[in-house]
Amino acid sequence: MIDKEEETHNTRDVVFQVRDLTKIYKMGEVEVHALRGADLELYSGEIVVFLGPSGSGKSTLLNILGGLDTATSGSVSYRGKDLTNASEQELTEYRRYHVGFVFQFYNLIPSLTARENVEVVTEIAENPMVPEDALAIVGLTERLDHFPAQLSGGEQQRVAIARAISKNPEVLLCDEPTGALDSKTGIVVLEALERINRELGTATAIITHNADIAGMADRVIYLSNGIISEVKTNTVKKAPGELKW
Amino acid sequence: MKGQVFAITLVVMSGVATFIMFISTMDSLNLTRNTFYRDYGFADVFVNLKRAPESLKEKLKNVPGVNQVETRVSAYVKLDIGGFNEPVTARILSIPDDGKPLLNRLYIRKGRLADPAKDNEVVINENFAMAHGFGPGDQFAAVINGKWKKLTITGIALSPEFVLLMRPDAISPDFKRFGILWMGRKALSKSYNMDGAFNDVVLTLYPDAKLSDVLAELDNIVERYGGFGAYGRKDQISHRMLNEEFRQLQKSSKIFPTIFICVAAFLLNVVMSRTINTQREQIAALKAFGYNNTDVGIHYAKLVILILFAGLVLGIAGGIWFGKMLGAIYMEVYRFPYLIYILHNWVIIAAILISIASALAGTLHSLWRAARQQPAEAMRPEPPARYRVTLIEKIGIGRWLTQPSRIILRNIERKPVRTFLSILGIAAACATMISSGFFKDSVAYMINVQFILSQKEDMTVSFAEPTSRRAIYELKGLEGVNSAEPFRTVPARFRFGHRSYKTAINGIEPDSRLHLLLDNDFKPLSLPPSGIVLTDYLGKMLGVKAGDMLTVEVLEGSKPVREILVSALVKQYLGVTGYMDIKALNRIMGEGSAISGAYLATDSMFREKLYQRFVKMARVSGTVVRGDEIRNFNEIQARAMLFFTFIATLMACFISFGVVYNSARIALSERSRELSSLRVLGYTRGEISYILLGELGLLTLIAIPFGFIIGYWLCGYIAQALASDLFRVPLIIELKTYSLSAAVIFVSAAVSSLIVRHKLDHLDLVEVLKTRE
Ligand SMILES: Nc1ncnc2c1ncn2[C@@H]1O[C@H](COP(=O)(O)OP(=O)(O)O)[C@@H](O)[C@H]1O
Ligand SMILES: [Mg+2]
Repeated sequence: MIDKEEETHNTRDVVFQVRDLTKIYKMGEVEVHALRGADLELYSGEIVVFLGPSGSGKSTLLNILGGLDTATSGSVSYRGKDLTNASEQELTEYRRYHVGFVFQFYNLIPSLTARENVEVVTEIAENPMVPEDALAIVGLTERLDHFPAQLSGGEQQRVAIARAISKNPEVLLCDEPTGALDSKTGIVVLEALERINRELGTATAIITHNADIAGMADRVIYLSNGIISEVKTNTVKKAPGELKW
Repeated sequence: MKGQVFAITLVVMSGVATFIMFISTMDSLNLTRNTFYRDYGFADVFVNLKRAPESLKEKLKNVPGVNQVETRVSAYVKLDIGGFNEPVTARILSIPDDGKPLLNRLYIRKGRLADPAKDNEVVINENFAMAHGFGPGDQFAAVINGKWKKLTITGIALSPEFVLLMRPDAISPDFKRFGILWMGRKALSKSYNMDGAFNDVVLTLYPDAKLSDVLAELDNIVERYGGFGAYGRKDQISHRMLNEEFRQLQKSSKIFPTIFICVAAFLLNVVMSRTINTQREQIAALKAFGYNNTDVGIHYAKLVILILFAGLVLGIAGGIWFGKMLGAIYMEVYRFPYLIYILHNWVIIAAILISIASALAGTLHSLWRAARQQPAEAMRPEPPARYRVTLIEKIGIGRWLTQPSRIILRNIERKPVRTFLSILGIAAACATMISSGFFKDSVAYMINVQFILSQKEDMTVSFAEPTSRRAIYELKGLEGVNSAEPFRTVPARFRFGHRSYKTAINGIEPDSRLHLLLDNDFKPLSLPPSGIVLTDYLGKMLGVKAGDMLTVEVLEGSKPVREILVSALVKQYLGVTGYMDIKALNRIMGEGSAISGAYLATDSMFREKLYQRFVKMARVSGTVVRGDEIRNFNEIQARAMLFFTFIATLMACFISFGVVYNSARIALSERSRELSSLRVLGYTRGEISYILLGELGLLTLIAIPFGFIIGYWLCGYIAQALASDLFRVPLIIELKTYSLSAAVIFVSAAVSSLIVRHKLDHLDLVEVLKTRE
């Protein structure tokens, strides 16, 4: 299985390389082993879905990939650069210029309109999109001047996606992007992600505990109990519109 | 939360402490004064006259309302103190031969009373003794009725009559250059040919006596003995100055604690409403478990009670400490045998009630909301905050704003009331700071106007008796005297309508170059050949304008009474006087060309030599040197100023720290989510600090000009409240004071910001992603 995978991807650029990654949360006396030696690669241009039950370590892994958290041991490199020993400043810079995030609860700035929420990122990025274009990609041209409180959940998540892609990131890390949405809205959001991947070629990692979403991935990485239990390559990718749950 | 509780406690504490400090100092001084007055028989009425036979005493005693009468002999003398080459004068007073004055008894701090028969023994007042390091047995020389005499100090004493000792017509107490000497009556009478006679009377009245009637009757009786007008305690200089001081303390005890109390109420309000907002769900849970409204209310009230309790305990302790410190500062100038420190129970109760009231005002609304909240309603998340594009952005600068700046503006606009109150709080801190610098500025200004622009003479020589104008030539002839101008001073009472005021008329040369009268624009005003010019404040007190006719009753010589045209009012900050052309005054007095003394411009090289000359000149009763007077004034001011500046700075720091730190913490708790989100998006620590601290910086920046305005207004109020015939404080605030105040506010804001910045640097980025807002 693994051999096969190597075959498929060894010609492509590796975005992330993860080796023997562990993360232990210490809560007083108790130690929680969130990751127990994960190994994986992420390649440019692909959509990877991380699938696993709640508490299996998906978010922990994604947060470490995104430079939001640091590993207890093991290594992560982004495009050959080591993230494990990066300073706080280097991680900030890494997040600023290279990664786009989408979270379950959108994390928009409530005092800024949709357009301004995108501008938050384009203002500081090196090679940003025009904010209106980013919002057009997620189909929110009509909602530019609305505040988050005036948008539906799905719309808010699409603003978050527009914000994430507006810096033209190398990778898009999405933690349960549809977790707070009903399935119909969720599909609209996934369609936006798929379209971005297709049109811009952004490597996209999507975390979900919803197995149905795995259908839209190039590869599906299964996590359980802090280790990668299985990696599956989809031979046929479904369009998000075809997904159902 | 701990930090905020601490910050609010500081503010409550400061309010309580200043309240206790001012009131307890006032009460203590008041109690000490009253005790001293009672135990040492402070007189109610004072009369000076030229000379009256001792037999007149019986007549005075029979005046209805008069209780005790004591006659004395009093005189002004020049002193020559070895090693101190500046002019020193003293008032010498008799004590009865049995050593037991009926009134204004002496508290002997050291040594013993003077032997009544010896004309070379004196008791001296404590301030004077301390200023020169004198103790019993020390000696100095005095010119007593024209004769040189070596005096030996037998004791150091305090008197209720001279709690504050000031040379008449001086600008401030000067313990080095003016003293009180007490000598036995027999010895003193002999020196002044006052055997069987007196020239000074002090009296006490029965409680039901009507002061004005008694004064009128006394004046009537002593009229033919050269009476200078009887006066009550309220015109006695020591008593007056103490009253002024009490008034100042009383005003301060209202103004400053009020500022703190309001700020504390505001802070409690912000914190409580925020806490209750964030804990909606807990409240709901508590209620769901069956806790009733009172329980929930009490749960939150506990925090407020904790703050109040800590603030009160610390405040009372601090207030007592500062009160004693302030009392000690007063004691250096105001001489009591001891200070009885008192903190009345009612003051503590008032402090408690006031703080409780402010806490209630601040928290009642939030507590009420918490109690009233329905469990089901609370379980629902709070409705999302509504934001708008701000007005400022709409008017065009919006295009240029970065998103973080936009966030700042919109957050400020969303809570206009809170923002306004935060600004007001910081502004109040700034104003407090300004009010402490204000005294320094205005006093400096006052001195400048008084002595640089107006009274340019550097030495004033007074004669014991009105003297012929020819004496001027003698003075002019002295080596070191560059110019000399005569003056004539006579005591007088001014009447206008039903108002009257007793002061003096100062006759000066109409074209004087040493002693200038200034109009409102500080331009010299020339004296008209007839007519009188009054200090502006005297005009106000009497209700007189230029052009009115004023009734002038001279209280010396033949005591002429005249209607005189008020030709102008002049600007003057110290004292109140009437000015006339010296020739016109001489005419009214019908005394030829008499003068009371001279203003001199001297060569500083010869100044010391001149003092020595004047000490020896029999007709010169006293010499005042401007420079000494100003220097002494500044020294006396400096210590009290330092203390007040220290207290005010401390208070201002506490307020601004309280307000800024609290705003910062509240803002942090309200915005930690979006700040973390921005960090996730790659914003640096510095950039997100900008959002939070930039908002505070902006508030502080807006607050400071506000603080300047409030400070100016506050100083204006203080100046007006303190204005009296003794002095008026001009409303002068120097740029330096403004900038220092702004700097103190900025620094304390910066310190609060740094503490919050530390928290910002340790935001948990991951935690915030897991929860819905
Ligand atoms: N900050 C934390 N402190 C302690 N334990 C944590 C923390 N974050 C996650 N965990 C634990 O680590 C494990 C993995 O969590 P997470 O990566 O969030 O799982 P998933 O995203 O797959 O649901 C869980 O057992 C969780 O309780
Ligand atoms: Mg998760």
